[in-house]
Amino acid sequence: MMKTLKIKAFGITRDILGGREVELQLNESGTVGDLRSQLSSTYPEVLQLKSLFIAVNNEYADDHVVLNDTDEIALIPPVSGG
Amino acid sequence: MGIFVTDSRRENCFFGPDKDTSMIDEQRAHLSKEELARYSRHIAIDGFGLEAQQKLKAARVLVVGAGGLGSPALLYLAAAGVGTIGLVEFDRVDDTNLQRQVLYSVDDVGRSKAHAARERLLALNPHIQVEVHETRLTSANALDIMARYDVVADGTDNFATRYLVNDACVMLGKPNVYASIFRFEGQVSVFNYRDAEGKTGPNYRDLYPTPPPPGLVPNCAEAGVLGVLPGIIGSMQALEVIKIVTGIGEVLSGRFLVFDAFTFEARIFKIRKNPDTPVITELVDYDEFCGVKKPERAIREISAIELATWIERGEDFQLIDVREKYEYDIVNLGGELLPLSEIESLASKIDRNRKVVVHCKTGGRSAQAIRLLEERFGYTNLYNLRAGILGYIEEVKPEMQRY
Repeated sequence: MMKTLKIKAFGITRDILGGREVELQLNESGTVGDLRSQLSSTYPEVLQLKSLFIAVNNEYADDHVVLNDTDEIALIPPVSGG
Repeated sequence: MGIFVTDSRRENCFFGPDKDTSMIDEQRAHLSKEELARYSRHIAIDGFGLEAQQKLKAARVLVVGAGGLGSPALLYLAAAGVGTIGLVEFDRVDDTNLQRQVLYSVDDVGRSKAHAARERLLALNPHIQVEVHETRLTSANALDIMARYDVVADGTDNFATRYLVNDACVMLGKPNVYASIFRFEGQVSVFNYRDAEGKTGPNYRDLYPTPPPPGLVPNCAEAGVLGVLPGIIGSMQALEVIKIVTGIGEVLSGRFLVFDAFTFEARIFKIRKNPDTPVITELVDYDEFCGVKKPERAIREISAIELATWIERGEDFQLIDVREKYEYDIVNLGGELLPLSEIESLASKIDRNRKVVVHCKTGGRSAQAIRLLEERFGYTNLYNLRAGILGYIEEVKPEMQRY
């Protein structure tokens, strides 16, 4: 079984993923770490970013957090402008 | 308890909710009649009052970068009556700054930002001190400059300086009021903040342990930024500085704000310390850390004149030419032709037991070949002919064919 995740993208990940909000399929038991590897293989630039802060339900999420299809997921890459 | 710590390297923020308010330096916190009138709207706020205003007067705040974020941050901190404001800025005012850097006006174009900013801030509030650090913040000067302040606000425009400010704040135990912008988006958080229980909050590296490679995340000049955005975000920075100094309200520590001006959405994400974040014990070369400059190992070189001497006195060495065959056919020094493109497969032809001089046309390809041979094959006996065969012709054999 796959689950559909709704992902909000910020900063440069909007350019990389091609939108403010994208949907992604992940295995039923998929974690933040799995999401990270799937993003990295689909979008090599995500891997190049090296550091990508992923939030689940408005909270910083470690790679082991299991994702549900009702979760609000946000990708927050570093930005440097000032 | 009227003692004020005057050691310029004192490690902790002097003011904060955990500090005994009776420790305010009475002289530094003294407000004149004019000042009491000027700050009357602050003093009138229930829960702010005279005491908070005195804390502002006694405070020392450093703003790194007087650009888009630094402009509103500095203006509001000066207006609010922060007694001593330091600013670090090395740049000059440019026409393209005026769309968002509200500290400056047309007359300032071409002037030193640091000095123009100081003038503007003192014109706004003559009751404060403005200390100018007209320099680039570097690993060599960051600790000395930052140690003199209670709170640091990071309004820089590049990753290298952001990591530097973060790491120096961690080492010095200073709160780092962080803000950063990109197109329509702003980020704000207070890093390395020690709360009333003495617990220190997360810092930048807990979120972003390693920087992205240069060029992947465009800066304001490349990606653009809506001018009002740094106005909003830089003002939030000033707000957090004021809260830290006065000890009022809830500081944005352990929380990370992302503001999207396009959709007018603000989200606050809970963040925490990452147990895997290495302990920061020293400042590094941040340009190198951020890949801005690649550390190139020095390689040994030989000049055309030295090579001529070696040939003349019959020195035992091997000469390798890493150019292409068509170049070799135009002119050569009689070396063995091992083109750079094939050098890995031909490496076994290169001696290890005597000196080897490697050359190309002008010295670039041969340097590349030497680095590759040293790294992959462990050669230690290679010399690069400086300026290549063209340099040799120029210095030693002007009658030979140039190309």
